[in-house]
Amino acid sequence: MGLFAAQLITGLANAAALFLVASGLSLIFGVTRIVNFAHGSLYMLGAYFGVTLMQMLPGGFGFWGSVLLSGLIVGLIGVVIEICVLRPVYRAPELFQLVATFGVILVIQDLTLMIWGADDQIGPRAPGLKSVVRILGEPIPQYDLALIAITPFILLALWWLITKTRIGILVRAATQDRTMVGALGVNQSWLFTGVFFLGSALAGLGGAIQLPKGGADLLMDLNIISAVFVVVVIGGMGSIPGAFVASVLISVLNVFGVAYLPQSTLVLMYVVMAVVLLIRPYGLLGREEKGGEHGQVGEPDRPIRPAGLVGRSLVAALMVALALIPVFGSNFTQVLLTDIIIFCLFAASLQFMLSTGGLVSFGHAAYFGGGAYAAALLVTHAGTPMELAFLFAPFAAGLLAIIFGWFCIRLSGVYFAMLTLAFSQLVWSAAFQWYDVTGGDDGLVNIWPSEWLSGTTTYYYFTLIVGVGGIILLRHLTHTPLGYALRAGRDSDRQAEATGINVKLVQWTGFAVAGALAGLAGGLFVFSKGSIFPNELEIAKSFDALIVVFLGGVKTLSGGVVGAAFMDGVRDWLTRLEYWRLILGLLIIAVVIIAPNGIVGSLRKGAERLGFYRGEFSE
Amino acid sequence: MTVVLKVENLSKHFGGLRAVNGVTFDVARGELKALIGPNGAGKSTCFNMLMGQLKPSAGRVSLNGEDITGKPPRDIWRRGVGRTFQITGTYQSMTVAENVQMALISHHRKIFAIRPFAHKLYRDEALALLEIVGMADQADRACAILAYGDLKRLELAIALANNPTLLLMDEPTAGMAPKERERLMQLTADIVRDRNISVLFTEHDMDVVFAHAHHIMVLNRGELIADGTAAEVRNNAQVQEVYLGGGTLYAKEDAHA
Repeated sequence: MGLFAAQLITGLANAAALFLVASGLSLIFGVTRIVNFAHGSLYMLGAYFGVTLMQMLPGGFGFWGSVLLSGLIVGLIGVVIEICVLRPVYRAPELFQLVATFGVILVIQDLTLMIWGADDQIGPRAPGLKSVVRILGEPIPQYDLALIAITPFILLALWWLITKTRIGILVRAATQDRTMVGALGVNQSWLFTGVFFLGSALAGLGGAIQLPKGGADLLMDLNIISAVFVVVVIGGMGSIPGAFVASVLISVLNVFGVAYLPQSTLVLMYVVMAVVLLIRPYGLLGREEKGGEHGQVGEPDRPIRPAGLVGRSLVAALMVALALIPVFGSNFTQVLLTDIIIFCLFAASLQFMLSTGGLVSFGHAAYFGGGAYAAALLVTHAGTPMELAFLFAPFAAGLLAIIFGWFCIRLSGVYFAMLTLAFSQLVWSAAFQWYDVTGGDDGLVNIWPSEWLSGTTTYYYFTLIVGVGGIILLRHLTHTPLGYALRAGRDSDRQAEATGINVKLVQWTGFAVAGALAGLAGGLFVFSKGSIFPNELEIAKSFDALIVVFLGGVKTLSGGVVGAAFMDGVRDWLTRLEYWRLILGLLIIAVVIIAPNGIVGSLRKGAERLGFYRGEFSE
Repeated sequence: MTVVLKVENLSKHFGGLRAVNGVTFDVARGELKALIGPNGAGKSTCFNMLMGQLKPSAGRVSLNGEDITGKPPRDIWRRGVGRTFQITGTYQSMTVAENVQMALISHHRKIFAIRPFAHKLYRDEALALLEIVGMADQADRACAILAYGDLKRLELAIALANNPTLLLMDEPTAGMAPKERERLMQLTADIVRDRNISVLFTEHDMDVVFAHAHHIMVLNRGELIADGTAAEVRNNAQVQEVYLGGGTLYAKEDAHA
């Protein structure tokens, strides 16, 4: 009984920081419709500023003063981010905003590394709250009790701010109808900036207030962001009471999970999220969201045509060049190109559902890694020959996509994205924690191709044929009735349904195809490396694909492939630099703001403007 | 006269609001019938129930004797009902012809085909339909750059793709210039005559309605107050009350809308 109570109290105390960060994120989303992936970075900054300030300011007054001051500083940093990065992209599609905030994550990561160094910072303990009290015989840190006491006041203060003040009325009005609030003479830009300040300050407070429990380190931004998203989605995007209920739920669940189901701690939170979304698609306290924007804000996509003679000749020439690489190039070049082709196929499969289908998935790595793991598991546990295991990869990934897709397709917009993320995290945590089967962190090794494919050059040719074949298949599908039906559902769901198209079924099919082809890439990957580790299933892997599709150009057919080739080519020398994240982050932000058409889109526009090329549909 | 569409006691309540209340009417084969009424009378709600976008609170809709109440839009479309919307919903990223081809692909149940190129399928049929609405010369333009009136005509071509027995047109001429309106309504009337199909449409422009509709129904506050020929409706006291009486200026506004 005592232990149970102690766990409950720990869970409630942990909810404090989670709630602060989640309420900030929820507030920002509610008003600006920006899904701020950099919110975890603001939390991290809050912790670092807190440590520094607490070293300078002594005593209890210094401690709590530092917490508030950290919130204030982070709030101001949020203002800078809002003005410099987000203002230019408010009217852009959701994906652009997501990618921009992802750029901010990278920048903040490296700036923090520059300023505070790579060592973890130990959080000072709160003066006057350093000891423990005994409750039912169990030791409970005093600070935990303080946190439990403080959190409801923060909730109350926010509730008062939102429901009783003029600012709160404006914020709520903007949450419901931004255009109307603007038309009524409210300066929207400053309202957005103000909300961003408040939301960021809350994240900063959260970072500083958890210092005595957790300290500050460079991984805390990404560690908290997935939990925060789960909280916000479970509570309902934009709902602060929802964020509170969900923070408590998830924190308590985590503590009990660690105690009673240590094998499933990571899965638990995503299972809860998936279940909540299935029963209440808009979260516990959320309201229905018309998230139908997808990639269709701004300039519409152009009509498409299969490549003409010139295009085909160019591709054929490129293929010949690639086929000749082993004759001239080194072993290293072949390995690098193998990696690039695999990544290109992975990105192309995402682009098929994202650009053609308008389905923005945040968890595409589940199918890439899922396919790779499926093949590796067969080899490891059943001794299956490589050829069969390889074929099993796209099959298993497709099956996974059919199952997950059935759930995800029922939602749209941000909620769709979040559910895909949840499912990919589910697969990741299974791979990570099911040690007996997947090898956990140690991964699965010794997954080599059969004798006849084992040479670097042979495997390079194998990848070239299968990879390029997969990409061509996806491109072909884009031009078939299935691809057109996907585009129809994306362009106008209502019109498609009114002309006999079962949009959900078409999207489900597209989801499955994209999953299977990602699995094919995963199969190529696992046999080229000889091993597979859980990091191929991470959020970062899904984001890699999103970013290259974006860099290449969302509203093009070849953007994913070009972006992936560019990125993988550049990554090799970029990662040798000390602060490569900073450079990459700034590059991403620059592309979002200056060249939202991506590489392919910008080249096409440029060529049209200079008169080198006249697209069939450019008027 | 064969009845194509039979609507019995159709109702839709949103909480306490009776948006459509006990509406009963028929549409006969080859008939061009208008549904008019002031703003908020329940015309669009009525349409959305007929085509399956909204589920009725009560009542029954049958098409050629078959009950279609509450069926999803795509099933109703498969049974031969075409529809155009008040606000057009064409596929912005496709060409004009491809928009029609998409509907034809769906009609021929080729949506899941993964061999042929979509832009080559049923192109001739699509061009023939575009010819009917006078859009053939713009077949290969991107849909996103069309003028609004052209979009409306394109929508009509799409609605004809499944060879419908009944066309539902929600404010087909809204947002068009007066001359364009007249042309589009004349076109619709020709289609009704040539193909012997039925059309039910809502409209705010009374000139258009009284010039072309065979029969006119008047909806007011969710209830049907008149159903007859132009002359009958014009002389109906209740209709005059709604449009002219009570100090409202609906008639004047509508005439210029």
